[in-house]
Amino acid sequence: MSRYLITKLITLILLLFLVSITVFSVLFVLPGDPAQIILGINATPETLENLRSELGLNQPFMAQYLDWIGNLLSGEGNRSINYDIPVSELIISRLKVTGPLALLAMCFAILISIPLGIYAAQHQNRPTDVLVMFFTQIGLATPDFWLGMLLIMLMAVKLGLFSAGGFPGWEAGFWSSIKALLLPAFALGMIRASVLTRLTRSSMLEVLNEDYVKTARAKGVHERGVVYGHALRNAMVPIITIMGLQLGQLVAGAIIIENVFYLPGLGRLVFQAIGQRDLPVVRDIVLFMAAAIVIINILVDMSYVYFDPRIRHE
Amino acid sequence: MNNAQRFFNNLNFTVGFILSVVVILAAVTSLIWTPYDSNKINAKERLQGPSWRHPLGTDQYGRDTLSRVMKGAVNSIIVGLITIAVGLGIGVIIGLAAAYYGKIVDEMLMRLCDLIFGFPAVLTAILIASILRPSIVNAMLAIGIFYIPVFARLTRATALSILAREFITAARAGGVGELGIICRHVLPNILSPLIIQGSIQFAVAILAEAGLSYLGLGTQPPNPSWGLMLNDAQTFLSISPWMAIFPGIAIAWAVLGFNLLGDGLRDTLDPKMMKGRR
Repeated sequence: MSRYLITKLITLILLLFLVSITVFSVLFVLPGDPAQIILGINATPETLENLRSELGLNQPFMAQYLDWIGNLLSGEGNRSINYDIPVSELIISRLKVTGPLALLAMCFAILISIPLGIYAAQHQNRPTDVLVMFFTQIGLATPDFWLGMLLIMLMAVKLGLFSAGGFPGWEAGFWSSIKALLLPAFALGMIRASVLTRLTRSSMLEVLNEDYVKTARAKGVHERGVVYGHALRNAMVPIITIMGLQLGQLVAGAIIIENVFYLPGLGRLVFQAIGQRDLPVVRDIVLFMAAAIVIINILVDMSYVYFDPRIRHE
Repeated sequence: MNNAQRFFNNLNFTVGFILSVVVILAAVTSLIWTPYDSNKINAKERLQGPSWRHPLGTDQYGRDTLSRVMKGAVNSIIVGLITIAVGLGIGVIIGLAAAYYGKIVDEMLMRLCDLIFGFPAVLTAILIASILRPSIVNAMLAIGIFYIPVFARLTRATALSILAREFITAARAGGVGELGIICRHVLPNILSPLIIQGSIQFAVAILAEAGLSYLGLGTQPPNPSWGLMLNDAQTFLSISPWMAIFPGIAIAWAVLGFNLLGDGLRDTLDPKMMKGRR
């Protein structure tokens, strides 16, 4: 296990190194002078030049790269040009929105998909199964941000049950914050549930034909025990893999839905930072997101052992 | 049973085929005729709901939504075709090279694909689209790049199994050149998985373009795009809900169509893979 972890950590570091180089080079050639954008079009050449040297923009590529990585490694961190606070502070404050949003969305997805997928597998090729599969096809085809807009029209504009967007902040109240996240999380969750339902169904179908399931039935284990105790646990490995990928995508990719609901999350932050050429923010967030995705994948890998003890990480 | 019958006996294929044909017909028709000029501003008829004059209503400039949805279909189809051309063109070459040369070439090309997979897709597409300035061409490039590893892996895996077959050895023994082996024996045999994957990626491209255009990084106004229309609609959700409903239905319709078409093709062409995708 420890050897497994060490190799995974080395891969993580290597990948982050490659991502950091790529992101840095890409942003290096990004058109649009940050100094010009900060100072506006009326800035004199001297003030522009001063700001450029203050931000280190006139230094060569390698020096700027090393400066960035050095700041990260020494724990000093980088400062946002636009907000003038450490990027780490920005990330943490925005993660308080994106993190719960992603988790809530996954909760919706799991609560809908696992029972529905099992039900469809138990009723394979019967009308109810066909109906469930039909709905998952619709779910796969629906853009999550459009579902979000429909929810705003129905639940906020028409019924007035929710606000149409925005986030009050956790300090303003726990429940009102949760309420602000419910609609976007439901929109994200429903779409992901479609994928998970299909996957649960197909991997349950595979497992339900295995000998040990027949043995369990023959022993007289009641149907619930067979399905949830024996079959589901063995069907979980592919399901948990896709769940991990989805969670990673949600942390990195809730950009569009955060824009629909005006949520001050990580995605909206990076989207605005790209527009404002706030390069330190963009770089750090991209690196953070890549790391988050890899770490989630490692955790998923490690969870396989729990679901299927035959898997050993050596 | 002839070939067409075999396909149409499959429910997925039939429904997918009908939905896709409607989209393609709408696109082709719009090249010759639309009810109104899709970009014509008409302040008197702005923000209308469905009516006989405007079956799908009008937007905030009084432009006819039906005409714009039809023109949007052209846009989505072009995006689908070009992104697949990019992904398929480069991906197949990479996959074939990896399968054919093996060893270090294989290892390097596949790790390159892993690297592309490692990037957060949405974020990278947004970065690419903003670096190269927002435009539909750059959006297609941003989407197409992520298709390269998809097609490369698929090509590599299927080509490897074909290259190990006896008829390849026979062809070599018969004096067929290396290029001949690839073009005449390997490519035709890996075509059907590529077509199946292509149909599914077509659907993914439509979704991705809609997302990028919604953020203002894809199709630029005043050109009609379903994603851009949803962006326009966002401001008027409480006054004119119709603006948000029809472009969204168009997206879901087209994506559903091409997804089902892909599933149907897979069921018919490759019975071994009949178990649920994903």
